[in-house]
Amino acid sequence: MQYIPNVIFALLLIVGFGFFTLNVKKLIRNIKLGKDVDRSDHTSERWMNMIRIALGQSKMVRRPISGVLHVIVYIGFIIINIELLEIIVDGLFGTHRVFQGFLGDAFYGFLIGTFEVLAVLVLVAVLIFWTRRNVANIKRFLSPEMKGWPENDGNNILYFEVVLMTLFLTMNATDTPFQEAGIGNVFSHYLVPLFDSFAAETVHIIERTAWWLHIAGILIFLNYLYYSKHLHILLAFPNTFFANLNAKGRFTNLASVTKEVKLMMDPNADPYAMPENGEEEEPEKFGASDVTDLNWVQLMNAYTCTECGRCTSSCPANLTGKKLSPRKIMMDTRDRLEEVGRNMDANKGSYVDDGKQLLNDYITPEELWACTSCNACVEECPVNIDPLSIIMDMRRYLVMEQSAAPQELNMMMTNVENNGAMWQYNQMDRLNWANED
Amino acid sequence: MIVKTMADYFAEGKQPEILFWVGSAGSFDDRAKKITKAFVKILNQADVEFAVLGTEESSTGDAAKRSGNEFIFQMQALMNIELLNGYEVKKIVTCDPHSFNTLKNEYPELGGNYEVVHHTQFIYELINEGRLSVDDSVLKSKRLTFHDPCYLGRANDVYESPRQLIRKLGVNFNEMKRHKRTALCCGAGGAQMFKEPEKGNMDINILRTKEALETNPQIIATGCPYCNTMMTDGIKFHEKEDQVVVKDIAELIAEANKL
Repeated sequence: MQYIPNVIFALLLIVGFGFFTLNVKKLIRNIKLGKDVDRSDHTSERWMNMIRIALGQSKMVRRPISGVLHVIVYIGFIIINIELLEIIVDGLFGTHRVFQGFLGDAFYGFLIGTFEVLAVLVLVAVLIFWTRRNVANIKRFLSPEMKGWPENDGNNILYFEVVLMTLFLTMNATDTPFQEAGIGNVFSHYLVPLFDSFAAETVHIIERTAWWLHIAGILIFLNYLYYSKHLHILLAFPNTFFANLNAKGRFTNLASVTKEVKLMMDPNADPYAMPENGEEEEPEKFGASDVTDLNWVQLMNAYTCTECGRCTSSCPANLTGKKLSPRKIMMDTRDRLEEVGRNMDANKGSYVDDGKQLLNDYITPEELWACTSCNACVEECPVNIDPLSIIMDMRRYLVMEQSAAPQELNMMMTNVENNGAMWQYNQMDRLNWANED
Repeated sequence: MIVKTMADYFAEGKQPEILFWVGSAGSFDDRAKKITKAFVKILNQADVEFAVLGTEESSTGDAAKRSGNEFIFQMQALMNIELLNGYEVKKIVTCDPHSFNTLKNEYPELGGNYEVVHHTQFIYELINEGRLSVDDSVLKSKRLTFHDPCYLGRANDVYESPRQLIRKLGVNFNEMKRHKRTALCCGAGGAQMFKEPEKGNMDINILRTKEALETNPQIIATGCPYCNTMMTDGIKFHEKEDQVVVKDIAELIAEANKL
């Protein structure tokens, strides 16, 4: 009978991590629905980017207020989770504060003391974050795409943080032997008087309850990630690692187009020639109309996006009231990808056409055509997400598969094709400027 | 104005130091042609042997590519590359950040490998090599702000060379609140130049010129013919055309040197 708590704890861990693993597998499967793109080059530069941008938060602090607050929550999150190790060992083996014996009072006290200070700082930061989101009228949190679930999701995460930090501090405050030892209780000893009126047994029950709820809360939070924008705490690392390293102005050249254009320009090419292997190849679709036409890095981008809206708040189209919001492009991509994933789950792992796609059902041409390709969104993203590449791939589909460019652009393109300039000027007049005053 | 073409040099069996890629705007747009001519005067003052492609030049395909038409872009690119490689071009200078970006970043994969520099970079090179000096008395103490072209700045991380040149002019230089990495687009990029903007509450160039006017400038400098058009239109919208001029950095250098 005395092992029942240990068994319950083990089961809790297995269920918590097991369910999370299942969802991670789905996540990876969904990301792999994207087209292949080679990002295996320049590994040292990639590691440096990951260390600087994800681990070192270098792009976060470009906006100092939210940046510094975020660093506090981030450090708090990582450091306080060291405590998780002790909780797992204690839970599985029925020990209590097992590391205290290992590490010695001084070092253990230093660690727990640090955790407590961080927990308080996190609480303060989270309170400010909540105020920014709900009271301060910050424009990027009020965009149309933030209504409903995205808004609640953002607040849920903050409530989670508050509950977890409060449980951690309560657990320490009601741990009578820990308080009596007087090591590391830098903040929690202020809370002890709150429990003075309770019987010793009640205080112990509160301590146990807080301890169990704390670990349960962490496991619930872990499993909440998959359904939340908060996945960035994991995906920021691969996302910065695999991000584009080329100059931001360099757009991809479609290899399938190169093949056809070279054939067109080759005077010796036989336009009626059959493919060499005799089989008719299915012509590749140009551009993207659905998530499966995007590459896996773009899909990972969508899962990584934490909807902070720095992209949208710097987008010239959005700033001047156009419908385009780079954040919405990423959110739509993820929503559609998850829809495709659920479709596959319901149909034994294969996708059954649902008559929907990313284009039109989620992202409208009006949004796509408002983009100036200025790269402000790409520059702003704290984790190197590239909304512009998705916009461009979808424009390519509109133009090359559907001939659905705005009329003025069609005229411009015809001019380029016919006379080598965007306007209707004769190529033979290109040097006239040299003879004009 | 005597401007030799690559064909002229080829006939003489010689190679110029650089190819000046004029670009479609620089060839045809009345405002941009002034930038082209200013740059040629600077090249002449510094005794740079340069050539243009003249009637053989054709659009880089940038606007078509950013509209989503990869076919037209690649046709343009492959034709241009055939021409450039035929002339064994090594170094290209252009006043258009869009041509600069496309030639520099998107042509190599298609077989066009050249050293490509923006005219602000090239002029700065000339000064550093002692081939050109800038008179800082003509524009002395004029209030100036600089608008970063997206395809020079964020797209290619070229922020310093235009600013180095501005410092040579002796002007009173004030940055806009959004500058360099955070600079706001003028609204022309991504082929927006060639279409009506989508519905909104303001045009992008109006917002950007508003930001420029907040620095109380006499001159708004830029380094792109399209930014130039957008900013000029914006100044007219704000009815400030009597007090503020929009100039390319090449024009300012030419003006400073009384060319």
